[in-house]
Amino acid sequence: MYVFLFLKNNFSVVLFLFRSVEHTDGQSVLTDSLWRRYSEFELLRNYLLVYYPHIVVPPLPEKRAEFVWHKLSADNMDPDFVERRRIGLENFLLRIASHPILCRDKIFYLFLTQEGNWKETVNETGFQLKADSRLKALNATFRVKNPDKRFTDLKHYSDELQSVISHLLRVRARVADRLYGVYKVHGNYGRVFSEWSAIEKEMGDGLQSAGHHMDVYASSIDDILEDEEHYADQLKEYLFYAEALRAVCRKHELMQYDLEMAAQDLASKKQQCEELATGTVRTFSLKGMTTKLFGQETPEQREARIKVLEEQINEGEQQLKSKNLEGREFVKNAWADIERFKEQKNRDLKEALISYAVMQISIRLHLVWTNSYLCLSEL
Amino acid sequence: MWAGCPLLVAHLPVYLSVLGIPLVTVTAANTLVVLDLILPNGGTPAGTSSPASSSSLLNRLQLDDDIDGETRDLFVIVDDPKKHVCTMETYITYRITTKSTRVEFDLPEYSVRRRYQDFDWLRSKLEESQPTHLIPVGKSHCLFVAHTMHQGAALLAAGAYEVGTGSSKPLPEKFVVKGVVDRFSEEFVETRRKALDKFLKRITDHPVLSFNEHFNVFLTAKDLNAYKKQGIALLTRMGESVKHVTGGYKLRTRPLEFAAIGDYLDTFALKLGTIDRIAQRIIKEEIEYLVELREYGPVYSTWSALEGELAEPLEGVSACIGNCSTALEELTDDMTEDFLPVLREYILYSDSMKPCILASLFHKALKLKNLSVLKKRDQVQAEYEAKLEAVALRKEDRPKVPADVEKCQDRMECFNADLKADMERWQNNKRQDFRQLLMGMADKNIQYYEKCLMAWESIIPLLQEKQEAKHLSLAEINRHDLEIMVTVERLVPFGILLILEDIVSAATNHVETKNSIDDSGIKYYS
Repeated sequence: MYVFLFLKNNFSVVLFLFRSVEHTDGQSVLTDSLWRRYSEFELLRNYLLVYYPHIVVPPLPEKRAEFVWHKLSADNMDPDFVERRRIGLENFLLRIASHPILCRDKIFYLFLTQEGNWKETVNETGFQLKADSRLKALNATFRVKNPDKRFTDLKHYSDELQSVISHLLRVRARVADRLYGVYKVHGNYGRVFSEWSAIEKEMGDGLQSAGHHMDVYASSIDDILEDEEHYADQLKEYLFYAEALRAVCRKHELMQYDLEMAAQDLASKKQQCEELATGTVRTFSLKGMTTKLFGQETPEQREARIKVLEEQINEGEQQLKSKNLEGREFVKNAWADIERFKEQKNRDLKEALISYAVMQISIRLHLVWTNSYLCLSEL
Repeated sequence: MWAGCPLLVAHLPVYLSVLGIPLVTVTAANTLVVLDLILPNGGTPAGTSSPASSSSLLNRLQLDDDIDGETRDLFVIVDDPKKHVCTMETYITYRITTKSTRVEFDLPEYSVRRRYQDFDWLRSKLEESQPTHLIPVGKSHCLFVAHTMHQGAALLAAGAYEVGTGSSKPLPEKFVVKGVVDRFSEEFVETRRKALDKFLKRITDHPVLSFNEHFNVFLTAKDLNAYKKQGIALLTRMGESVKHVTGGYKLRTRPLEFAAIGDYLDTFALKLGTIDRIAQRIIKEEIEYLVELREYGPVYSTWSALEGELAEPLEGVSACIGNCSTALEELTDDMTEDFLPVLREYILYSDSMKPCILASLFHKALKLKNLSVLKKRDQVQAEYEAKLEAVALRKEDRPKVPADVEKCQDRMECFNADLKADMERWQNNKRQDFRQLLMGMADKNIQYYEKCLMAWESIIPLLQEKQEAKHLSLAEINRHDLEIMVTVERLVPFGILLILEDIVSAATNHVETKNSIDDSGIKYYS
């Protein structure tokens, strides 16, 4: 399946059109094409986050331009920014489409195919409630007694990764700014050499062409920095991915905590039951106190209480069992996806670094030529 | 190096008497020996009708301004500054060492001590005795002029220029002690020494000035003051009246050529000034860029510490950026230490040329005996020109040119020719100097970019390690193309030049041997 995104500007709203082109029998058939707003992409992602907590869900491109250097406007309507966002959204859909689990999701399929009422369909799943509770839980503070070292390490890694990539993007923006300054000032040489050549006889031609090359040099920076933005975008994707990774770790923590609480609850209930059964009071309880003060309860009352407790204990044990199972399933699936993610990350970032290096080389080539001309033209 | 010529021999006595130089001058003796005229291209000149001046002919005959060591027979060095404290004053002297094989020098080697005053004396003597030649002026001249005209402020301004050598720091706080330039600070003395050395070297290089007898005495005499006193009575009036003349007299028939030269020098100095400012600004921007780069590189190292498989590639990128930073630092240092000072010296040099020309002009005017004669000449000239105009209107035959007007015209032509020759010589020098300067700048830039290129190229294999060979990604396709480009680019440092067609036509001296065109339409020489 192929997905392509196109842009349509409508005053203050930017809409995205995409077509799924399906190859049937070697022929490409244009099937659905519909409009989606940025907010609908957000909705899709939130839905996936809720229903696939063990998956590192691909991130969306930034809504507003961050880490800008002075030339780029922070204006969301700036055509360069909009184009880069379009590419980001295309990337987002392609990543989901190529994910072994996510690509089978129904809501995702409908996102690509259902023209109207897609939003309602999503809301009908009742995901909004779950989304809210998820957010609340993620932001809550709690302490896990037996944390899984792998996940703790991974969470730590994702925090560090976010921090280092942010720092990198900030400094890169400053570097771009300075480099822009260097190139542009060289443009002044162009003007001066040209003026100077006017008063010279033998040196005139040489100075003139030297000046021309200075102009070319100065204007080359715009394309260079545009290319560098693509590199920055690739880094940004992984900055946001780090957040998604962190969310999975947090989810695991949550589950672990839940499990521990349930186990703890079960243990105390069992103890209560035991105490009632044997008559020994090892732990302080209000019931115990009142019993002491106001006389012991009747055996029937005690029996009733034990029965209730035993029921609760049974329930509790069932719950704990399923929670344990859930937990193990989660860990298994999450870890599988994390491995997949790690490989993808290594691949993608290596590619990004290679193309960055290649880009640096191609800049240098151009400049070396320019300066050679300056040399030669002074004959 | 110099070939004599029959024409020169014939006219020399007349010319020399006009200038007031005794016939004993070295020049005549040397050139009388060789009679055959040898020109660089091997031919002989057709007869020249106008009286040729010694200097212009000699200049035309001179093969190349780049005098190599073997043909040079006079070497002068200024060094070893020493402070002298006397009851009346404190001053600095410099040692002048001269080595020469010329017959004008009794000994092969001389070592004398001179102070700034002496240099100034030499300069004024040269201007007086050979007013038709441009006297080289070092930075010290600026200081002298400033001193006599506007004290304090001008001195500081001149000082600001002087500090330009070696560092990009602004005004010399070190020089200034309570608003007065510290003449005895090490930096000042050294800067002045360099300027004086350059000054003497320029005279040494000059084909006529280097044979001046005052120059000879300056280099050799044990007691210069005694010699100075000799000529004072005769020449005081001349020397001092420069300033009076500059203020009072207006040369009505100032040759157009000098106006043009004056304008050219003004514009030239302006452009140089602008280039200086731009160069400074570029260096400033580059330094700020460097600061950011120095922070950028290490962040990749920090990241590398977090990663497993990516650790090596990220560390590689960090090291690469570090190398580029170092290369950039070297570039900015070179520009600050080499490019800027030389440029600034040229600005000063061309600044001082214009007053020099005017001074020479007025000296010449003075040499034509006295003002009344010149006024008479102007009157006669005006009459003559009026007649010419009238004739032109009536289309009659031209009247005969009055004899004394003709004589004056001859002298003016001599004067013009001299100055023109010197200007050409200066132009050539300037062209060579700037060619060297600008090529040097371009070369430094190329070196910087080549270093960066190498750094980035070296990490590509590192990054490509363990890449799974899937479908050719876009990046890989680009890389393949670039490998071709890289191969072509490699040839540049080894003497093969990449030239665009329009520049080829401008570079007339180039001879095209073999050339081939690659896909992108660029010709390159093999």
